[in-house]
Amino acid sequence: MINVDSLVKIFRGSHGDQVHALDGVSFSVPEGQFFTLLGPSGCGKTTLLRLIAGLENPQAGEIYIGRTLVCSADKKLSIPANERNIGMVFQSYAIWPHMSVFENVAFPLKVSKQRYGRNEIRRRVDNALTTVRLDGFQDRPAPLLSGGQQQRLALARALVREPKILLLDEPLSNLDAKLREQLRIELRQLQRQLGITTIYVTHDQAEALAMSNTVAVMSQGKIVQQGAPREIYEQPLTQFTADFIGSTNFLPGKVITGFRSNGDRSVQTEQGIISCQVPDEIEDGEQVLISIRPQHILTSREVNPAAVNHFTGILREDAYLGEYLDCQVEVGTTLIRVFMPPHLNIQRGEMLSIHLPGSFCTVIPHNNHQEYSHPASKIGSLT
Amino acid sequence: MLYLAAVPLGMLAWGSLKTGSLLDTGGLTLNNFKLAYGDPRSYSLLVNSLIYAGGTCLFSLVIGTSLAFLVERTNTPFRSLFTALALIPLIIPGILYTISWILLLSPRIGFLNRILVNLFNLQSPPFNIFSMGGMIWVEGLHLSPLVFVLMVVSFRSMDPALEEAALTSGASYASIFRRITLRLAAPALASSMLIMFIRGLESFEVPALIGMRGDIRVFTSRIWLALREFPPNYGMAAAFSVGLLLISLAGILLYTRLISRNRQFATVTGKGFRPHIIDLGNWRFLTGTILIIYFLFLVGLPFLILIWTSLNPIYSFPSIDKLTLLSLDNYRFVLNMHRTRTAFSNSLISSVGSAAVVMLLTAIIAWVTVKSRSKGKAAVDAITFLPITIPGIVLGVSLIWVYLVLPIPIYGTIWILLLSYITRYMPYGIRINSASMVQIHNELEEAASISGSSRLQTFWRITIPLLKPGLIGGFIYIVIVSFRELSSSILLYSSKSIVVSILIFDMWDGGQFGEVAALSVMMILFLVILVSAATRAGTLFGIRVENKS
Repeated sequence: MINVDSLVKIFRGSHGDQVHALDGVSFSVPEGQFFTLLGPSGCGKTTLLRLIAGLENPQAGEIYIGRTLVCSADKKLSIPANERNIGMVFQSYAIWPHMSVFENVAFPLKVSKQRYGRNEIRRRVDNALTTVRLDGFQDRPAPLLSGGQQQRLALARALVREPKILLLDEPLSNLDAKLREQLRIELRQLQRQLGITTIYVTHDQAEALAMSNTVAVMSQGKIVQQGAPREIYEQPLTQFTADFIGSTNFLPGKVITGFRSNGDRSVQTEQGIISCQVPDEIEDGEQVLISIRPQHILTSREVNPAAVNHFTGILREDAYLGEYLDCQVEVGTTLIRVFMPPHLNIQRGEMLSIHLPGSFCTVIPHNNHQEYSHPASKIGSLT
Repeated sequence: MLYLAAVPLGMLAWGSLKTGSLLDTGGLTLNNFKLAYGDPRSYSLLVNSLIYAGGTCLFSLVIGTSLAFLVERTNTPFRSLFTALALIPLIIPGILYTISWILLLSPRIGFLNRILVNLFNLQSPPFNIFSMGGMIWVEGLHLSPLVFVLMVVSFRSMDPALEEAALTSGASYASIFRRITLRLAAPALASSMLIMFIRGLESFEVPALIGMRGDIRVFTSRIWLALREFPPNYGMAAAFSVGLLLISLAGILLYTRLISRNRQFATVTGKGFRPHIIDLGNWRFLTGTILIIYFLFLVGLPFLILIWTSLNPIYSFPSIDKLTLLSLDNYRFVLNMHRTRTAFSNSLISSVGSAAVVMLLTAIIAWVTVKSRSKGKAAVDAITFLPITIPGIVLGVSLIWVYLVLPIPIYGTIWILLLSYITRYMPYGIRINSASMVQIHNELEEAASISGSSRLQTFWRITIPLLKPGLIGGFIYIVIVSFRELSSSILLYSSKSIVVSILIFDMWDGGQFGEVAALSVMMILFLVILVSAATRAGTLFGIRVENKS
């Protein structure tokens, strides 16, 4: 449905410097899919969305919507945004404050080249408002809506022309946490029901994982990994992906030459030898990072240093978060972040054994590391 | 734009270099400059101009800033009332303000002088308004509300946490004021200072009516004198104009540099804060009294003396026993005068016309400069800003040169006045429209584009309606300032295209005090009605913009 090929977008800064907002991005979205662009701010995801919308033009690359070439830098072709027939919800919602709810939604029909009769407009607007559960608000001045209602209004406006594709630019980021979770579910249901091809931009990994068919993780103008949510979370290919999505621990190490058992290889880390799956493209002797999520680490009071992937540590910090205990366990000179069951009664300074199950350890090459860590995981991942 | 701003300046430069009179085909020389600046008296002209502008600037700055602080940051009584009242003087035209202060402080007829002489049995009147001090007093007082408004904004938008942090660090109020508040206000102070300096430099009413009587000449009055000679010395006027233009250009350049540098450390954000209010204790009665006295001087006395004078058939000092002599004769006389009707209708047409043209034209220009990414944007910005550097009288001289030389027959008609107002107030329109344009989130227009609307449709259906509050505000402002414009009109009017401010100036020159006062009161009332009608219209047709984004 949407095909993006080798897009390059360069912005010129005020001091003549160049910023590569997009650096050769390609992907395609099949019809009816929910495709998410995920990345930290400044990674180029919004720029990418605006290129697809036709609000910006690339320096190189092509975009197809359906079978139509809507934009091509080589052919100097760009169909303007108002002729691409897409729906878009902006981060700020861009609700026109001088219009009522009805007028906001009716606008796309009123300016359309295709003439709509008064009754037809009313029918379609009412329809769109019912779809987003805003029926009855027609005559309300748009600025008087709450944040969540404005978001739905923006959605109704985007859908009223029944476009083939829907672009969503962080539509939930201005809402509070509870409302965000609720609207996340509603939005996904609506998208399934309408079967509309959707590209969703967000920096919130939970949103991305919960809603998408496919997630594309972006960093510094490139897509660094693309796949189903589970794949992205469980098999991160780079340190960036592992770090950006969820919390994780990074243990630096080196693959030991020639040592294999049951297909697992061994990695020498500061803590000791860890046995786990190592991707074939990583050679023996290479420097690697082992990524393991805090909730996958098992703990016990019985110290058993002899068992595979078992290490002895000392509990340094514990924070009671209701759903789990967020703990820091010192192993060697490294603090490892571990989520433990909340009922566990354990004292700071106590000795315990931690087990890093090989099946949850992901091995990532340690050469081209892109530094990123979000504040929450910084404490835990002392790489 | 280029035509409006650049052509007159080009003609001015050319005119200043021409030999002989206007239409002679003489060559170009520096003769005019030699004549103008070779004269040793020109040196005192420069000194006078600088002292006058500097003094005005300091005086208005001190008053305006202290009052802004009292009103915005202390619990002085009447402060909210004061904020509203302080805007009134901005409506009163400079010429009326000047006239009323002459009536109050002239050594011969000044009312305040007379009272003080009687009260203390003085030999001679204590004040002479026809002096440098008098000039600075009147112009400074008249400009002080402007400083007040600028500084109130600055004091209001300061993050109170910055001061509270100093308070919790153990600093006293005095040292907080000195070390934190004033430092934070410094950018606003500096830019107000430059604005007031330039306003002082280009002011015409006070130098013409007060300065000339006291034989204190500044650039603006000197230019006017050169044109009053017979035959008018256009070349000399142009040469002086170039000098004045250069000084004010330097000031504006300094101002823009200051502004752009200040943006880099944004201590003052756009957020609405609840500022820290200082409890003055019993001192607040003193500060309250200061507010009242200031208001009395600013508005009360000048307005009362105008009313009194307007009600007296023959000019006399206010006293109880003369109350019976009061009559409306002056008003009757003025109303029956043919020129009055001509002047009011000319003023109304030219001010409303120029305001409408300016606001619509600048809305389009602002759209181009703010929203588009075209390359010429910086140039357009600079050109539209250019007229702000041109003092009114200089613009007048330039336009004389343009329309006496070019074969466009608008000299002496109302069209040339309209043109000069449009040129003069274009920068204000740009400012207002760009400011509101910047606040319109790009996404509002992009959303329209995504919805399938063309650029033109977007401009009319989204942009213009969103600009409306600014458009109406700017319209009102330009109507007021062009209605009271004097310094360029005085060089461009003819008996057919006379406007109210000129009529007042003219009759004052003829010594018709009572009639002038009556006309002044009418002019003020007219402006007040105009402003409140426009404000009412604004609230009726305006919209509430509560963009939560």
